[in-house]
Amino acid sequence: MNMQSKKPITAAEQLLVDSFVENVGNLPGDGGILTIRDGYIEDIKQNGLPTRRVESWHYTDLRNLLKTVPSNGKVTDVEPLDSLIAGSNVMSVVDGHTGNIADLPGVSATSYRNDLSDGSAADHMALRNSDDLIGRVNGAFVTDGIKLQVEDDVVLDNPLEIQVLHNGGQAHTRFPVAIGKGVKGLFVERHAFCSDDEALVSSITDLDVGEGADVVWVINQEQGASDTHLGQINIRLGADAKLLLFVANAGGKLVRQEIHIVARGEGSELTLRGVNLLGDESHTDVTMTLEHIVPNCVSGQIFRNVVLDRAKGVFQGQIKVAQIAQKTDAKMACNTLLLSDFCDFSAKPELEIFADDVQCGHGATVTDIDKNQLFYLKARGIGEKRARSLLVKAFIVEVVEELDNEVLIEALEKQFETWLNNHG
Amino acid sequence: MLEIRNLHARIAEDGTEIIRGLNLTVENGEVAAIMGPNGSGKSTLSYILTGRSDYEVTEGDILYDGQSILGMDTAERAAAGLFLAFQYPVEIPGVATMQFLKVAMNEQRKARGEDELTTPDFIRRVKAAAANLQIDMAMLKRPLNVGFSGGEKKRAEILQMSLLEPKLCVLDETDSGLDIDALKIVADGVNALRSPDRSFIVITHYQRLLEYIVPDSVHVLYKGQVIKSGDRQLALELENDGYANVIKNAA
Repeated sequence: MNMQSKKPITAAEQLLVDSFVENVGNLPGDGGILTIRDGYIEDIKQNGLPTRRVESWHYTDLRNLLKTVPSNGKVTDVEPLDSLIAGSNVMSVVDGHTGNIADLPGVSATSYRNDLSDGSAADHMALRNSDDLIGRVNGAFVTDGIKLQVEDDVVLDNPLEIQVLHNGGQAHTRFPVAIGKGVKGLFVERHAFCSDDEALVSSITDLDVGEGADVVWVINQEQGASDTHLGQINIRLGADAKLLLFVANAGGKLVRQEIHIVARGEGSELTLRGVNLLGDESHTDVTMTLEHIVPNCVSGQIFRNVVLDRAKGVFQGQIKVAQIAQKTDAKMACNTLLLSDFCDFSAKPELEIFADDVQCGHGATVTDIDKNQLFYLKARGIGEKRARSLLVKAFIVEVVEELDNEVLIEALEKQFETWLNNHG
Repeated sequence: MLEIRNLHARIAEDGTEIIRGLNLTVENGEVAAIMGPNGSGKSTLSYILTGRSDYEVTEGDILYDGQSILGMDTAERAAAGLFLAFQYPVEIPGVATMQFLKVAMNEQRKARGEDELTTPDFIRRVKAAAANLQIDMAMLKRPLNVGFSGGEKKRAEILQMSLLEPKLCVLDETDSGLDIDALKIVADGVNALRSPDRSFIVITHYQRLLEYIVPDSVHVLYKGQVIKSGDRQLALELENDGYANVIKNAA
């Protein structure tokens, strides 16, 4: 008989299973939802967490990296944080429980817990594919979130900020967001910690951008130094929709942020910009897939990574252009500043192009601070430390300033500056 | 102001000796021109004066106001009043020119124990200096040197020089890549800064620049040494006869 021997279960895997057994009575959902949850935990029990043998997790060997899982079920009330942009409407989810939901004209916001309880969430909970570990963990444990629906042609005067906060322990949330035709607005999805206690967080956003809508969506991850953050956003772009997606990672110990985009409608325009600030002994993985399945769409992506200390970073970027998707214009760049001898960054672009009349390009750079630039600044009397910090900031600011929104630019620059000063 | 004594220096990485026993004295208020064929060590001299770490001094000394500067790093030398106008000013995307000017001026002031400039005072100074050099304020909002034309880059160098008010200015081939109109603007900018307590070292290939910035002394650099010194006439001789005679006589 030739059977592959099953790998022994790791401590973290066992803790996930135990955690499910302990909490299953409190997880919302009808019988259908419970069957789904149970199936996902069974998958984890049988197959374990993904290792480097799984292509999409090759650089983030979760089985080795996830050492422990904190207990579930802690809920503490906290005040919402000051919004990133002053004057924003803030909604919050704390420790996996929806707190305040703002009442805005043209916007319907409801607790995702309702969808779990009545079973209607089941459709959303299907896995992306067999390697979708974030889908499994989130599906098994998700307790709440906010379901947002923005009516057609609504123009949001103020930004809408969703704060996903935790006080340590586990928090699993989901955010189905449907943005109607012609909507204009700025949305901030913010993941932050209110306690230094270790946390395991998973959060999935499903973002549908309607025809002709013009949306800015910011994902700002600023988790604590001992937190594991598993994030995923699944985006569907309608015809002539414009989406500027800005993803910032400046925190967490073990972070995987997945970005999956399908350009479904002709004439859509996607701009993706990202800043990853990696320090200490953290591990941060940004994995992106983009599918062009209709003609005449434009997409551009630039990631800027600053890596310090013993941090490790990963960027995987996959662009697929279907045969029918002629005249696609897709560009992807990943630029990294490696600022210590002990840090590490892996960048993997993947292009699959089946159409013959497209423009697709990708590029990755990894450098230290430019010696000529440093000398030039020093020759003007700017000391080594200040000169280096100016150049690091300049490297990031280049992508931030493309945002074309003064208030947002200022807020992000301030946040990044604080991070850099704390890690200088 | 400046005294270079028997200076020997080499490229740190491979040990190639570039400066081989160079002597040069520049008095207060003096404009000294340094000329010489390609590869004679002119640009290297400017980097060694500003303390670039790619080069190391193996022998001799550089005295600035009577004090050795070999132990000072680049930024300290700048704060002490040493300024290098680059042959190829470096482009720095992401740093607005105005922001850079403000940081540079204030860092130097801090190093000298002076108060930082207030924003209105800073703006006023920049506006005045920019007007003299026919620099549009819009240009200063752009990232430092990025997309500047050759002439704009050189004018930006002279703008920095006039704002930082150095005591010793080293101009490394400031004339390269300039048309005649731009050259005049740059030279006027330099001449406006001439004063009894500010000295200049003007490094150039061509005597053309020296028609506009008239030097007090001219020195010929060859194989890392000053092989001949003279007044303005020397530059004219070099223009007419080339370097062959000077090199032959020195050998």
